[in-house]
Amino acid sequence: MSNQKGRYGIYGGQYVPETVMNAVTELEEAYNKYKNDPEFIAELKQLYRDYAGRPSMLYYAEKMTKDLGGAKIYLKREDLNHTGAHKINNVLGQILLAKRMGKKRIIAETGAGQHGVATATACALFGLECQVYMGAEDVKRQSLNVYRMNLLGTSVISVEDGTATLKDAINEAMRDWCTNISTTFYCIGSVMGPHPYPEMVRDFQKIISEEVREQLKEKEGKLPDCVVACVGGGSNAMGSFYDFIEDKSVRLVGAEAAGKGIDTKLHAATLAKGSLGIFHGMKSIFLQNEFGQIDPVYSISAGLDYPGIGPEHAYLWDTKRAEYVDITDEEAVQAFEYLSKTEGIIPAIESSHAVAAALKIAPTMSKDQIMVITISGRGDKDVYSIAKYRGEDVTEQ
Amino acid sequence: MNRINSTLDALKAGGKKALITFVTAGDPNLETTEKLVLKMFESGADIIEIGVPFSDPIAEGKTIQAASLRSLSTGKTNLISIFEMVRKLRAATDKPMLLMMYINTIFRFGTEKFFTLCKESGIDGVIVPDLPYEERNEILPHAKANDIIAISMVTPASDERISAIASRAEGFLYCVSSNGVTGTRTSFSTDFDSFFAKIKKSCKIPAMVGFGISSPEQARKMSGYCDGVIVGSAIVKIIEKYGADSVEKVGEFTSSLKKAMN
Repeated sequence: MSNQKGRYGIYGGQYVPETVMNAVTELEEAYNKYKNDPEFIAELKQLYRDYAGRPSMLYYAEKMTKDLGGAKIYLKREDLNHTGAHKINNVLGQILLAKRMGKKRIIAETGAGQHGVATATACALFGLECQVYMGAEDVKRQSLNVYRMNLLGTSVISVEDGTATLKDAINEAMRDWCTNISTTFYCIGSVMGPHPYPEMVRDFQKIISEEVREQLKEKEGKLPDCVVACVGGGSNAMGSFYDFIEDKSVRLVGAEAAGKGIDTKLHAATLAKGSLGIFHGMKSIFLQNEFGQIDPVYSISAGLDYPGIGPEHAYLWDTKRAEYVDITDEEAVQAFEYLSKTEGIIPAIESSHAVAAALKIAPTMSKDQIMVITISGRGDKDVYSIAKYRGEDVTEQ
Repeated sequence: MNRINSTLDALKAGGKKALITFVTAGDPNLETTEKLVLKMFESGADIIEIGVPFSDPIAEGKTIQAASLRSLSTGKTNLISIFEMVRKLRAATDKPMLLMMYINTIFRFGTEKFFTLCKESGIDGVIVPDLPYEERNEILPHAKANDIIAISMVTPASDERISAIASRAEGFLYCVSSNGVTGTRTSFSTDFDSFFAKIKKSCKIPAMVGFGISSPEQARKMSGYCDGVIVGSAIVKIIEKYGADSVEKVGEFTSSLKKAMN
């Protein structure tokens, strides 16, 4: 859908400092060269299968289906991937590319820490130096993931600037990239940033929807009627939607983080409340004021706590091919608890936003319809903050 | 003729190097910025870049990031108040003034309205560090329609891009001294002889070097490679230290830079 300049309608582009222009061009050329290279594809496929544990399961959530009394619900279990989230799909692709480009040093940003852990993991596997930028606020609420990254041999740099969350981590990673451009590969974790990142990350994540199509064909002999995924930058949602975009019968639903509610200032619901802007390398929708200053945003979920959205999502939203709903902290926490109790699956608080959207939509669908919810990550990392949200203290003595 | 071109032509005719200085608008407040601009012109600055603060300045080092934050936290710095200040400055000086800003602050304000106000208030050019050559048409038609020069940048990482960028540049070419963000540097790893040799092959307009130039000695040395220097963070550091009382000190520093170069 993107043209050669990385545009999705009016969205996308390459709005980066001159210093990194050669690097994005070099990356684009390398990606175009290797994406169709049989050896590259074979190596990635093998890693997906033997290291990441793909294909991820498509699980029929029978109790949830009966309880809601509407659509037949399947869960796409990206939480069962190695490192516990969909992020590994993209990272393995980018690190294989970095290796072929001869890059020795990898940097990444991370919000919840899932992309940071995945990057640290791949760098340990391939013996590459790795540095991850993480907002100081996220370092606090995701300390377990910080420790995991350290275990994997990665240094985590706590970013104190601005709101000390994902946006600020990206700013700092971009500054590092500008400074160390000749040695360093920037492994962006979502379908955002300058071209070719939105396209490349989507391509590495589209395996989610490709597998869903195959798995449902086998189990049900048909397409899903509705696919639901959570959206921050939008990588798991883009991966879950992509193969179905041309199948107009498939309803695509993205769940944004509404924090304390979209009528408060404490939310990260970009499409509900944002406006057109140019930031972090792309033209897209952003939460910002009338003078283009980027708003501080908030969500209980560190992974959705971002004031923008990938350009292809902005395009799907603009053209009404996909719809985007807002899920509050409270709704997400309830969904987190619901899926844990109902199916014995503890979803990431990010993915819980998708579950919450599904809890609203599934009962409105008929019993012969099929809904797929992408469980983008597992919730172990969130147990402490959910307990805290519920007023309980689970710290070890 | 645009004031940037006429000023640079006159300097060239007199065999002089240009001194371009930078200040963040509204740090610590717009009244001080206004005084700083006039003082720097009085002390030998030929062109001044006025920085429009942005919440997320990805091309800036710590010094200018902090200045942007100080300015925005006053709650009084925005494009409307900055254009008001520029109008007052334009009544007091004929020297060229540029706005240094991020593309989102232009785009969200309204690109057409922005350039109309640039012309009306007396701005001569803009520098947009996150708008590369490939995306220049985002602003170029509106800039040209109002006789505002959009300054182009090249960096050591630009390599073979230099000729395409330099040959189409207008006003002056902003040559970034080393890869990375703004901020004072104690040393440079760039091979300036080869960097400026590449630039001079295709650049028909004055070339100015910026990023990391923090002392009169560095200004003297770096101006030897090209037509002038751009000094930002070193000035902002004085403002950071002395706030509203920085005007005289910034004036003295500006004079010392100018003296070292010519």
